[in-house]
Amino acid sequence: MPSLKDLRNRIASVKATQKITKAMQMVAAAKLRRAQEAAEAARPYAERMESVLANLAVAFEGRDDAPKLMSGTGNDQVHLLVVATAERGLCGGFNTNIAKLAREKAKSLIAQGKTVKILCVGKKGFDAIKRDLGQHVIETIELRGVKNVGFSNADEIGRKILSLYENEEFDVCTLFYATFQSVISQVPTAQQLIPAHFEASEGTSGEGASSVYEYEPDEAEILADLLPRNISVQVFRALLENAASEQGARMSAMDNATRNAGDMIDKLTINYNRQRQAQITTELIEIISGAEAL
Amino acid sequence: MAELFQFELVSPERQLLSEQVAEVVVPGTEGEFGVLKNHSPFMSTIKPGILKVRKDGGAWDEYFVRGGFADVAQGGLTVLAEQAIPVTEIKKEQLDQAIQNAEEDVADAKDDDTKQKAEMTVSQLKDVAEALKAA
Repeated sequence: MPSLKDLRNRIASVKATQKITKAMQMVAAAKLRRAQEAAEAARPYAERMESVLANLAVAFEGRDDAPKLMSGTGNDQVHLLVVATAERGLCGGFNTNIAKLAREKAKSLIAQGKTVKILCVGKKGFDAIKRDLGQHVIETIELRGVKNVGFSNADEIGRKILSLYENEEFDVCTLFYATFQSVISQVPTAQQLIPAHFEASEGTSGEGASSVYEYEPDEAEILADLLPRNISVQVFRALLENAASEQGARMSAMDNATRNAGDMIDKLTINYNRQRQAQITTELIEIISGAEAL
Repeated sequence: MAELFQFELVSPERQLLSEQVAEVVVPGTEGEFGVLKNHSPFMSTIKPGILKVRKDGGAWDEYFVRGGFADVAQGGLTVLAEQAIPVTEIKKEQLDQAIQNAEEDVADAKDDDTKQKAEMTVSQLKDVAEALKAA
């Protein structure tokens, strides 16, 4: 049975913890709003890029002179998994979920006899993966010092992926990140970057429309120019989605923690009061029985 | 009064401009081109340079753009640039930094093709710097 003093100390310490989690929740809420705004601001660019590329890509689908980024290297022996996670913990299952998805994919690829290489973006993903897949990790990029993810950060990663591809270090590249749906739901997502797939959008229905387009320089050159850019854009979008998801996950995790701390304080307080009363009662009994004995 | 059309200037980080304008001059890879209302569908990559926009009022706004493409469609003109900054907000140091980076690219280039491309970027950036100094 803990003494009254112990209970008092525990209540004080849980209260202190609650204050911290509460503060973290509020910080996450503020950051989430900013992250969401950034993600929304980036959306028009990515969407335009995609629709233009889809338009162009239709013309090149299945042709021999299609750029390598679209047609692939011809085999799929070596896979590069780009795992984008957060730099910090204390955000619920956010990092674990992404790492789990990546790990499952890596395991199934290894079981099929393929070679797997992993590029980690974010420290936490590496921490989660290194235990059983550490020897596959070729590089870890940390964005620790970066406060708000800028396009230059994404561009750097994009260029790295491209230079690996040009050196024929891998055949297929998949990007892992969490899509932000709402504060309570972030969906871990795997997206194939290389070879690039484009959904046949409106572009296919209006084939006539694309043919009246004039291109300068010609279509092939534009496509060759845009595909590498698209990689960076996709990475950027993933990083922004991730940033919003991370804050959302942290917000709900910290909300839970605050509530749990509140429950705990209630329980401890009841315990404390009960024990205090018991002590008073015993003291009274002692006094009364002492007086009776006289 | 010139007829207006929809113009959008988008960078990966934000949408800088989305409004009705009278005329836009875009620095295309193969030469500058002007866009007015009812331009035929056209697509071009852009080189680092100054993009000029004339709004209804008649005054020109200038933006520094870099890397990306311009897409003229029925609905209007969309410019997607990897970097787009209003000229008034450019700091000279930024440009100098960009030039320095590009020069390093030239030094690092392994084959002739990339070297040529990098050299082109340097000269284009220098042009921009000149133009800004004159202004």
